Amino acid sequence: MAITNIFDIAGSGMSAESVRLNTVASNLANADSVSNSPQTAYKARYPVFQAVQDALAGTGPTGAADASVKVDGIVQSTTPGTASYDPGNPLADANGYVYSSNVNTVEQMADMISASRSYQNDADVLNTSKQLMLDTLKLGQS
Amino acid sequence: MSFNLDSYLGIQPDALEVYSQRADVLAANIANADTPGYLAKDIDFRAALSAAGQGGEGQGASGPAGGGSLQPRITSPDDLGASSSQGGLSTEQFLKYRVPLAPSLDGNTVDSQMEESAFAENNVRYEAALTFIESDFSNLNTVISD
Repeated sequence: MAITNIFDIAGSGMSAESVRLNTVASNLANADSVSNSPQTAYKARYPVFQAVQDALAGTGPTGAADASVKVDGIVQSTTPGTASYDPGNPLADANGYVYSSNVNTVEQMADMISASRSYQNDADVLNTSKQLMLDTLKLGQS
Repeated sequence: MSFNLDSYLGIQPDALEVYSQRADVLAANIANADTPGYLAKDIDFRAALSAAGQGGEGQGASGPAGGGSLQPRITSPDDLGASSSQGGLSTEQFLKYRVPLAPSLDGNTVDSQMEESAFAENNVRYEAALTFIESDFSNLNTVISD
């Protein structure tokens, strides 16, 4: 049945967007983390979304159209972080430098708003479909 | 004169089915609004509904136009004799890709606002079809009880 698929699809969308919100939270929390080498400095993480046309969805009446979404993996940003001279820091290397994360807080805030809007859209779809199903169940009872 | 519930309800039950499948496609578009390379799709409603009115792909189907015979109709891919691509009311062949309004760098053609409004419109139409069926039932009830 088609309309029950919507719960799976919107659910997968909400799950993917919440992973995105999680990475944003982790990036923002580590925005000021420093490290004693560029390799161990915190790198911003991003989820990679992928449409899923799995076997279950592919057999529906709309066939391959029933695409849910999944998080294919988390990638780390390759942008170099900044090195700053801070000899008083206990994490400073032999030359007195600490290496900060490459998180761009403004970009992360924008990403957070985008993720929360998409999450709201999915939640709205879920709610509306639920209402339609309830109305269909009540058909002929009044 | 025999009474047939299918022809009494007219095209509305088929419309309901197509609306619910269209809601499915639009929900998939909204869920994939951030997926790189995802191409938004929609159902060609007129074509899907006219095919639904003729009883799917014409295999053992008795739609509203199918008269009073009680022919079994394949409604689910799990039914006996049904292959996944030949349901009683398959809308797969009526799927069209959306023409994007603006290009995007990641190849995604979903426009969230467009999809949201299409979804809302589809829901109103679904409710309307439900109301039509509802009033048909209440008319029938009046005839039976009076």
